[in-house]
Amino acid sequence: MSQAVKRPKQKNPMLRTRQPTLPPAARSRVALGLTAAAARGRLELQVCLDCAVVQYPPREICRACLSHRLAWRPQSGRGELISETTLRNAQELFFRERLPWRVGNVRLDAGVNVMAFLHEKVAAAPCRVHVEAALDRAGQAVLLAVPEQGRPLLSDDPQLRETTCDPRARKILVTDGKSAIGQAVTRALAAAGADLIWIGEAEPWKKAAGSEALHELPQAVPIALDVTDGRSVRELAGEIGGKVDILVNTNNCHRAFSIAARRGVETAQLEMDVNYFGLLRLAQEFAPVLKARAADGTASAIAWVNVLSIFALANYPPHGTYSASQAAALSLSHALRAELGATGVRVINLFPGPIDDEWDQLEMPPKLSPASLASAVVEALKGSVEDVYPGDVAQDWLARHLDNPKALERELREEGR
Amino acid sequence: MTARGYDDIVLAAPVTIPYVRYSIRSAHWFLGRALAELIAATKIPKARIDGLAVASFTLAPDTAVGLTQHLGLTLRWLDHVPMGGASGIVSIRRAARAVQNGDAEIVACIGGDTNHTDSFRRNTATFSQFAQDAVYPYGSGGPNTSFALLTAYYMRTHGATRADFGKLCVAQRDNALKNPLALFKKPLTLDEYLNARLVADPLRLFDCVMPCAGAEGFLVMRRETAAKLYLPFARLLGAIERHNAFADDPIQDRGGWDLDRDALYAQAGVGPSDIDFLETYDDYPVINVLQFEGLGFCGRGGGAEFIRANTFEVGGSFPFNTSGGQLSVGQAGAAGGHLGIVEAVRQLTGQTLGARLPDPRHGLVSGFGMINYDRGICSGAAVLAAS
Amino acid sequence: MKTTSRKKVRRNIGGNKAPLKTVRGLPTNLSGLIASDAVRLIDLTQTLSPEFPTIALPPEMGQCRPFRMEEISRYDERGPGWYWNNVSFGEHSGTHFDAPIHWISGRDLPNNSVDTLPIKHFIAPANVIDCSKDATADADFLLTVGHVKAWEKRHGRIAAGSWVLMRTDWSKRKEPVAYQNFDETGQHTPGPDPECVRFLVQERDVLGFGTETIGTDAGQAAHFAPPYPCHYYMHGAGKYGLQCLCNLDRLPATEALIVAAPLKILKGSGSPLRVFAIAPAGRNDDSSGGA
Repeated sequence: MSQAVKRPKQKNPMLRTRQPTLPPAARSRVALGLTAAAARGRLELQVCLDCAVVQYPPREICRACLSHRLAWRPQSGRGELISETTLRNAQELFFRERLPWRVGNVRLDAGVNVMAFLHEKVAAAPCRVHVEAALDRAGQAVLLAVPEQGRPLLSDDPQLRETTCDPRARKILVTDGKSAIGQAVTRALAAAGADLIWIGEAEPWKKAAGSEALHELPQAVPIALDVTDGRSVRELAGEIGGKVDILVNTNNCHRAFSIAARRGVETAQLEMDVNYFGLLRLAQEFAPVLKARAADGTASAIAWVNVLSIFALANYPPHGTYSASQAAALSLSHALRAELGATGVRVINLFPGPIDDEWDQLEMPPKLSPASLASAVVEALKGSVEDVYPGDVAQDWLARHLDNPKALERELREEGR
Repeated sequence: MTARGYDDIVLAAPVTIPYVRYSIRSAHWFLGRALAELIAATKIPKARIDGLAVASFTLAPDTAVGLTQHLGLTLRWLDHVPMGGASGIVSIRRAARAVQNGDAEIVACIGGDTNHTDSFRRNTATFSQFAQDAVYPYGSGGPNTSFALLTAYYMRTHGATRADFGKLCVAQRDNALKNPLALFKKPLTLDEYLNARLVADPLRLFDCVMPCAGAEGFLVMRRETAAKLYLPFARLLGAIERHNAFADDPIQDRGGWDLDRDALYAQAGVGPSDIDFLETYDDYPVINVLQFEGLGFCGRGGGAEFIRANTFEVGGSFPFNTSGGQLSVGQAGAAGGHLGIVEAVRQLTGQTLGARLPDPRHGLVSGFGMINYDRGICSGAAVLAAS
Repeated sequence: MKTTSRKKVRRNIGGNKAPLKTVRGLPTNLSGLIASDAVRLIDLTQTLSPEFPTIALPPEMGQCRPFRMEEISRYDERGPGWYWNNVSFGEHSGTHFDAPIHWISGRDLPNNSVDTLPIKHFIAPANVIDCSKDATADADFLLTVGHVKAWEKRHGRIAAGSWVLMRTDWSKRKEPVAYQNFDETGQHTPGPDPECVRFLVQERDVLGFGTETIGTDAGQAAHFAPPYPCHYYMHGAGKYGLQCLCNLDRLPATEALIVAAPLKILKGSGSPLRVFAIAPAGRNDDSSGGA
């Protein structure tokens, strides 16, 4: 039965909160190739480089010619649903608590059979479907089948909703709601149906253009939050932590200095104190309470979003210390992903290229507008991804990094881009 | 080159360790008890058993090797057969060739498992790499998921109805009521079968076996060895196995028997019409139908018609799973594939525990197993004859 | 050996109870004086806390770190029997002292950093000029030579080596936003005009200038000639600054002694400190009606 996400009824405080459970997380190493592609929202399967036969389930050796040269390649996912069933019984608690599950056998046009969850809008077998890869609550890749024509919302299907982090009807903390990015993210989340958005504001004596107008949004609740002050973070977590469903870390101290262009470490310390230690303080105070509410009804704690930078992937020497602070934040976000993942709360990282703001003023276009970045945040929450590279520059750097990271390092050194 | 016949290889000493739903004992206990019963039933000294073939899902961290030392055996020939419900047939084939070639004299073939309250979940969660990666994360329904998909496909494609499958289940239950060792003691009506609670559409409660603890075993030896020991025996006329047949079929609606049944009957020197009873591997009703078709009792897709045209109780037109099959007796893990063999030997040697066929001459036993991903990989069958 | 009588040793935590010794009515022991009813102590220091605003410079410049505390342990697994913190702050955070080395005009003077200042400067008399009404009416109020001379008519000439403290009651603004008082043209807080500073330095040879706001200079002093004249002239002449003071309204106009001893930081330009006044008792607020 199609159930668009609705505002949940007020929780009965006398009832015990449901504890988080996870789908089976065990996967062989080679199967994690599916997870790597799903993390970026892609369906990839192994293809034999010698005989072109597509392989599934994932394996080490080609099932046709015994070659070991298998490579992951994007797939269209089109195929025929040849059989289906509805599970009324499940052996694992996660599935048991969310029965029933509709599952089917799809023969992909690529020539393999896959088991997949079926969206409720998929007709009875036999019919044409489109298979995609998504991340389940254990953070592992699973295959979903949706109708070939007209992709329905994943979150409309009560079971498949578990692969998304839809902000609809949820309460969200935007840690820096004063910056241009923070304001754009707040507006985008409000438009996506968020119930309430706490917008964090530090240094109250510094006004930001647009803040007053943002306060007019009915969902907006300005709150004091300075991520460089542990007490500020702790007190806010004590006050609202038990209600936050999604935390969007928009805090970003961006200075544009290479190593030689700035004597003393004061500026770099500020970058680290916001970008790295700020994340650590937030993580220490908010992660435990988010974890505890990971299965708390339909508006459960579900996601943690970090707005990082593509410079986290490869140091951009003209913004050398900033890049290093982003790299530190990226590494820490992986530790956070491991901790939150224990109860199914997803960490989503965005790696935009230069933003159209004052600190990237000297960067040549293309530059990403705060509104575009905000859109990417909302799309990531509504979809089933954990690593997002929004915009042309981010996609370009990612491709160059995956192709040859040492070459990218040299290119950034030589040309500055 | 045609496979060599089985000369005068025979099966003797059908043994069952009674099934229980749950046990605190380990698989070693059930397998060891089966060996002990084989010795007690035949008075063969333990030291004279010089070959052992073992099938078990719950023996880990041991294999047949660990069991050998555990039971204090010294062997010339040892095999661990991890092929699920096909292990029994495959054990016969291995043991027969060993005895024919003089590598062993008396081989004990045992299948058995324990069952703790969480055994089934643990076993299915780690059943195979493909199941772990590509099946279990999709609802953790275990084999019910795969067989539901198979059943739905078969019904849609070949026009079988649940009433057809139900007819088999009701008949098997009828057979089981006479078997003192069967776990199911109450009769089953077609109505109860049709309206039982859904498990995984279209499968309902009585389409699914009950996992339990237990063991089955028998001995393989030369005819003259059995005669000298005064043991009743059944003759092995033919046996086949096939693994990963029809790998390109989008979904499994035929098993490996299709490829090898002609060779089986040729080797045995009999045809389907000579078979007096059939013991299939019946973890789900639809698999029985694939075996009817695969073993030549009807054409491909003709299962429903075949069922409607026959009756399957011990006194019926097509005696089938005469002790009740796994669906009514229980599935003691890997012993499920030995159950039919042991019952066939009992029928052919007149040592039945329950319903007895009047003077059967030839029996066919079939094995199937190992849903490694989306289909049963292993299949096999053997023709046995009365002495 | 005669046994001494056992006297009870009373540990006085709440106050020094040494009796006042006088000769012809004049106190002859310091501790007695401090403990007596003749004297009161007034704390002029704001609490160092993470919320207290610091000076905010344009973003591309180096920033003064605001006060921050990181707990080391709190009677827990990190330290079962104790509680302590690591603190960090810029030298110019909270209620703080400016040394001459802080400004370019004072960089070459001898003994110009907090670790080398003469210790006798750490206790000095204060002249408290009440500008509270004017500052309330106008956040950009500037203290002029005229204001100072009018004050001197009432209270006497400002002595050499004494502090001049500009009371504005600005410290009563508890909201950080109101305290910083920023708009698009920057900070708007009261202070001295350039002429006034030159006068205090050259004609009165004061010890230094103290305010209740962030900065001894007015909020808009970047636009003065020279920019930041209080820093420029005072430090250029080896004088000091005190900022973010409070409770100036409890001081008499002239009779308070200020105790202001900055941390002894190697080559330090300033530091947060505890600054307090010793004033005669019985006379409450005599500093009103100054300018």
